[in-house]
Amino acid sequence: MALAVSSRVPPVHGLGTPVALDGGTLVAHAMRQTRPDVVAAYPITPQTVITEAFSQFVANGEVHTEFVPVESEHAALSVCIGAAAAGARAQTATSGPGLALMWELLGVASGMRLPIVMHLCTRALSAPINILCDHSDAMAMRDTGWLLLFSENGQEAYDQAIIAVRLGEHPQVLLPVANVLDGFIVTHCVERALLLPDEVVSEFVGEYQPAYALLDLQRPVTVGGLDFQDFHMEHKRGQVEAMARAKGVLEGLFQEFAEISGRIYRLVEPYRLADAEVGVVVLGSTAGTVRYVVDRLRARGVRAGMLSIRSFRPFPALEVAAALAEVKAVGVLDRALAPGASAPPLFSDIASALAGVGLSKRLLGWVYGIGGREVLPQHIEGVFHTLADPSVPPGLVGWLGLREGR
Amino acid sequence: MGVESDVGRRWVEVRWHGRGGQGVVTASNLLAESALLDNLYFQSLPEFGAERSGAPVVAYTRIADTPIPFRFPVQEPHIVVVLDYTLWGHLPVVLGLRPGGLLLVNTPASPQVVVRSLGWPLATVATLDATAIAQATLGRPIPNVPILGGLLRLRPVVSLEAVQATLRQRLSARLGHQAMQANLQAFERGYQQVQSWEGR
Amino acid sequence: MLSLRPWYEEPPGGLLPYPGNSVEVDTGAWRSRRPVIALERCVHCMICWAFCPDSAFIVQDGRLIGVDLEHCKGCGICARECPKACIAMEPEPALTPA
Repeated sequence: MALAVSSRVPPVHGLGTPVALDGGTLVAHAMRQTRPDVVAAYPITPQTVITEAFSQFVANGEVHTEFVPVESEHAALSVCIGAAAAGARAQTATSGPGLALMWELLGVASGMRLPIVMHLCTRALSAPINILCDHSDAMAMRDTGWLLLFSENGQEAYDQAIIAVRLGEHPQVLLPVANVLDGFIVTHCVERALLLPDEVVSEFVGEYQPAYALLDLQRPVTVGGLDFQDFHMEHKRGQVEAMARAKGVLEGLFQEFAEISGRIYRLVEPYRLADAEVGVVVLGSTAGTVRYVVDRLRARGVRAGMLSIRSFRPFPALEVAAALAEVKAVGVLDRALAPGASAPPLFSDIASALAGVGLSKRLLGWVYGIGGREVLPQHIEGVFHTLADPSVPPGLVGWLGLREGR
Repeated sequence: MGVESDVGRRWVEVRWHGRGGQGVVTASNLLAESALLDNLYFQSLPEFGAERSGAPVVAYTRIADTPIPFRFPVQEPHIVVVLDYTLWGHLPVVLGLRPGGLLLVNTPASPQVVVRSLGWPLATVATLDATAIAQATLGRPIPNVPILGGLLRLRPVVSLEAVQATLRQRLSARLGHQAMQANLQAFERGYQQVQSWEGR
Repeated sequence: MLSLRPWYEEPPGGLLPYPGNSVEVDTGAWRSRRPVIALERCVHCMICWAFCPDSAFIVQDGRLIGVDLEHCKGCGICARECPKACIAMEPEPALTPA
C-alpha cells in the first residue's frame, strides 16, 4: 500500500527563517513581534506553552510588555479590558475552563468594542474533567461577539496571531479577536515553520492608534456607562455591523499579509472541491487529515474534496455556499456538541448558509474528536463512503470513533 | 494503516516509549530539530496527557522530505524506541511496528534476549545500556541522548552532524558548556555501543 | 435631553466621547426635597460645593449664591455636611395650577 503524501499539500512555504518550534511557542513569538503593551494571562494546560514562552521573552527584555500574572482568567480578561479601554494593545491566552471563567468579560470586551487578541488553545470543557482538544470552548464563545479564526498548524496560528492584531484594531472593526489553535495537536506539535523578521511584523502591525482612550486627556471619554432600552439596541446594532465589516477587512489583510509572507489565506479554504461529488467541511487541525484522505480517494478515482473554515466568526456564508454549490453530498465534522439543538454548531451554520441562498443539498453530520479522541484517516474515509451512499438518510449520522457497543 | 510517501522518498515514523523524567519528549524534539538542519520536514508530537514524573510517556517523530499533512499519532512506526525496559509487559510497545522496522531498547541485556522474549523476529532488534552511559557521562540516569546515538547508528534518519549541532546549540544554551560536552560524549558512546540483531 | 441618533451615528460600544454632558440631563426632576440655604448665616466655606455629587451649588466671586435646581437631586448631603447648619431640606412646593 504505497499511497502518496501529495505534494499538493500546502507546504510550509513563503518568507521567513525556518525554525523547529511547537505551535504555542510560535504564537508567543508572534506576540513578541506584535509588541503588546499589556499581556495578562493565567496558566492553564495546554495554553501554558504560550504564556511560559512569552513571559520568558519579557524577562529577557526581548519585548517591553507589561506582563500581569493575574490570579484567575476572570482577572486576566478584566486586566486586558481595562488596558484596552485605556488605549493599550492588550493580549491574553487561555484554554477550555479558563475561557469559561472569562465568560462574563467576553461580552464586555466585544460590547465595549475593545480590540483585545486572545490565543485560544482549544480544550474540552469539564465535566468529566479532561485537558485534551475539542472545540466545546470555542463554540461556546461563538455568539459572544468575538471574531474567531481557526488554524490548521503552528504556521497558520503564528500568521493569524499577527493578522489578528490588525483586524481587531481596524477602525471599521474594533472588536476582540480569538486566534484559535487546537490544544496539544497544534500547541505542542514541533514542526517546521517560518518566522518572519521582527521588523517586518512590526511594520505590518504598526503602532496602535486608538480612536478613543481613557488615557487621552485631550479628548476625555466615559466608558462602561449604563445603557438602557433607549440606547442599548443601537449600540448592539453597531457591534453586529462591525462584525459584518470585519469580513472585507480580513480579506484585505490576507492580501497585505501575503505580500510580506508569501502565504495566501482565505476566509474559507477549499481543497479539490471544484469538481467534487462528495465534500467534507471541517475546522482546525483535522483539515490536514481530511486533505490527506481526499488525495488518497482521488488517486482511486473518487471525486472527493474539502472545505476548511478559517473565519468562523464572521461566518462567510456566501463563500461557503459558493464553494459547496456543485458538491452533491456534504459532510460536516463537528468537534463540539450542542445537546438538544437540532444539529451541532458547524452543521447548523453550514445548513443555514446553504438554505440562505436556496441551495438544497444532501447534508450529513458527524461529531468527532470529543475530549481528544483521535481521528484517523480511516474515520474520514468512512465519512466519504457514507456520503457517497444514497441509502444513508441525511442529518446527523453519528460519532466518529465512538465505542458503539450494540 | 500505513502512511507511505512516494517510492524512494524519505518517510520515517518513530514512536518513543519511556517514563516522565527520562527525556522522551526531548529526544523526539531533538530528532525533529536535527531534521530542520538537514532541510527536511518533520513533526514531534508528545502523546497528550497529564505529565507526571514516572508515568509512562509516549512521543512520536515523523521525518519526511515533503510537508507532512496530518497530525494524528503514529500508527505504524518504522522505529520504536523503549527508554525504560520496565515498561515491558505493561504496554504493547511493539504494536504496529512495521516488518523490517527497528526496535531499540534501553537495557543491559543483549538483543537476542529481547528477541526471545518477543518471539517475534520480523524487525531489527537492538539494545543499548543507555542508562549506564548516561550515568557515566552525565552523572544522571537520563537515557535519551545516548539512545539517540544508538538510533542514528542503526537508522541514519538525519545526519550525525545535524544531531551534534542541535545538541551543541540546544544544550549549551540550556545547561551550559560542560553539560553539553557530556551529552555529546553520551551521544557518541550510544552510537558506538549499540548492539543489533537483524531480523529476517 | 440627550439626542436620540440612529444606530450608525452612535459611538462604538456605548462610549461617551462628549465630556460634560451631564448638564444635559434634568436630574432635578428626581428630587422630592430641595435644599434651602439661609445665606445670612453662610460663611462661604464651600463644603457644600465640594460634597455635592451633582455640582449643583452656584458660586460667584468666591461666594455661594444659590442652588441649580435643574441638577440638584435632593440627596441632602449638603445639609448633613454644612458646619453652620444653614441648609435645610424642605419639601418641594405643591403643584400650582398653571
